[in-house]
Amino acid sequence: MRVLVPPPLHSYTGGVTRVEAEGATLAELLVDLDARYPGIRFRMIDEQDRVRPHIRLFVNAVLSPAMEQPLHASDEVQIICALSGG
Amino acid sequence: MSDVVLLVGTRKGAFLYHADARRATWRVDGPHHFGAEVHHMVMDPRDRKTILMAAKTGHLGPTVFRSTDFGKTWAEASQPPAFRKTASGDGPAVDHTFWLTPGPANETGVWWAGTSPPGLFRSEDGGATWTGNESFNEGLVPSLKEVIGPVPGGPIAHSILIDPRDPKRMFLGISTGGIFTSEDGGASWKPLNNGVAADFIPTPDPEVGHDPHCIVMHPAKPDRLYHQNHCGIYRLDRPATRWERIGKNMPTLIGDIGFPIVVHPRDPDTAWVVPMDGTTVWPRTSIDGKPAAYRTRDAGLTWERQDAGLPREHGWFTVLRQGMTADEGDPLGLYFGTTGGSIWMSGDEGESWRPIVSHLPTIFSVVAAGG
Repeated sequence: MRVLVPPPLHSYTGGVTRVEAEGATLAELLVDLDARYPGIRFRMIDEQDRVRPHIRLFVNAVLSPAMEQPLHASDEVQIICALSGG
Repeated sequence: MSDVVLLVGTRKGAFLYHADARRATWRVDGPHHFGAEVHHMVMDPRDRKTILMAAKTGHLGPTVFRSTDFGKTWAEASQPPAFRKTASGDGPAVDHTFWLTPGPANETGVWWAGTSPPGLFRSEDGGATWTGNESFNEGLVPSLKEVIGPVPGGPIAHSILIDPRDPKRMFLGISTGGIFTSEDGGASWKPLNNGVAADFIPTPDPEVGHDPHCIVMHPAKPDRLYHQNHCGIYRLDRPATRWERIGKNMPTLIGDIGFPIVVHPRDPDTAWVVPMDGTTVWPRTSIDGKPAAYRTRDAGLTWERQDAGLPREHGWFTVLRQGMTADEGDPLGLYFGTTGGSIWMSGDEGESWRPIVSHLPTIFSVVAAGG
């Protein structure tokens, strides 16, 4: 499925915004994304599997309530760096 | 004298400043990882070309970058410092790596890292992968939860020191938490705070809970430790176990509060501090807006003010704990970076100062390589 990657993470995707990754859940998708772009997951998800404070994950433009949210091949996942400055 | 390079970590990226042979002009290389908060950047003295950088950004989690060609290219750690995942998922997470220390000369590839919240990590592959020190992270730190305080920027583990004669002997600081030492390479830890004031703790002479800001070990006399604390300047000459407050010999109107302390690499009796305002609401800036370094040449018995060339008034900056350094030159070169983004240099052991860099972001750390 399509994953939209924000600019702060473009160093992992070679500058590409729209990438592909697979997974039956959001958690699985992020593991697959990390396999394709090593290191990208830990910048978003901490070692206790919590989403970092300034990261938001949307599925089809709706804020995801949980990492176990089921995904479908037609879904679009958007990674957002939340507004955290002024 | 080999060429000096300053490794500078700032709130918005890292910079390398290369000196000419006379340390008269400086060539900038950077920014590296522009926009990242770089708390520490350290060269590996074992090969003099590897550099490790502790970095994070406002949005993203912490990581460590490694260069094996002195900053030409960087690779990210494949397993950055991270605490063990707990079954409940409510365990600590590294906010940022704060401190980097290369291992001893005979342990190629070994590095240690201190983090916020306080954690201790070790790498055996040059910084590519990191493993938590179980005794520290899961034994000592949880036992200190009542005294580890919310200092500005978050509580941190820092000043990781390794005795070059016996690498199993280690020292480090937790702000707040205190100074701790290990005789078995980090397998166990015990407090080393005897004699250190902790004015913010109502209990007299507490065993732990102190706030060491910066601890240094003299490279030629490793039994001599100095440290700048939230509550004074101290010296310890092992095997003694009680710190002596040498800051009481500072001028009364200046006091002995500050962040950094630097030793002369060839003279164990010589050290420098940069006092800051620790009165009233703790502005932590130069006292009265008149920045100065203070030097002792008798192990803290007396101190002399060194402010020639520094602003005479309205110099309201702070020098953070990793912000002062000495090179290896003769005469020694001294450097400090400010929260106002300037780097000041002395080529005559503090007798006079001159600005060599201006307009950087807030400077977290300045580390000299070579000289």
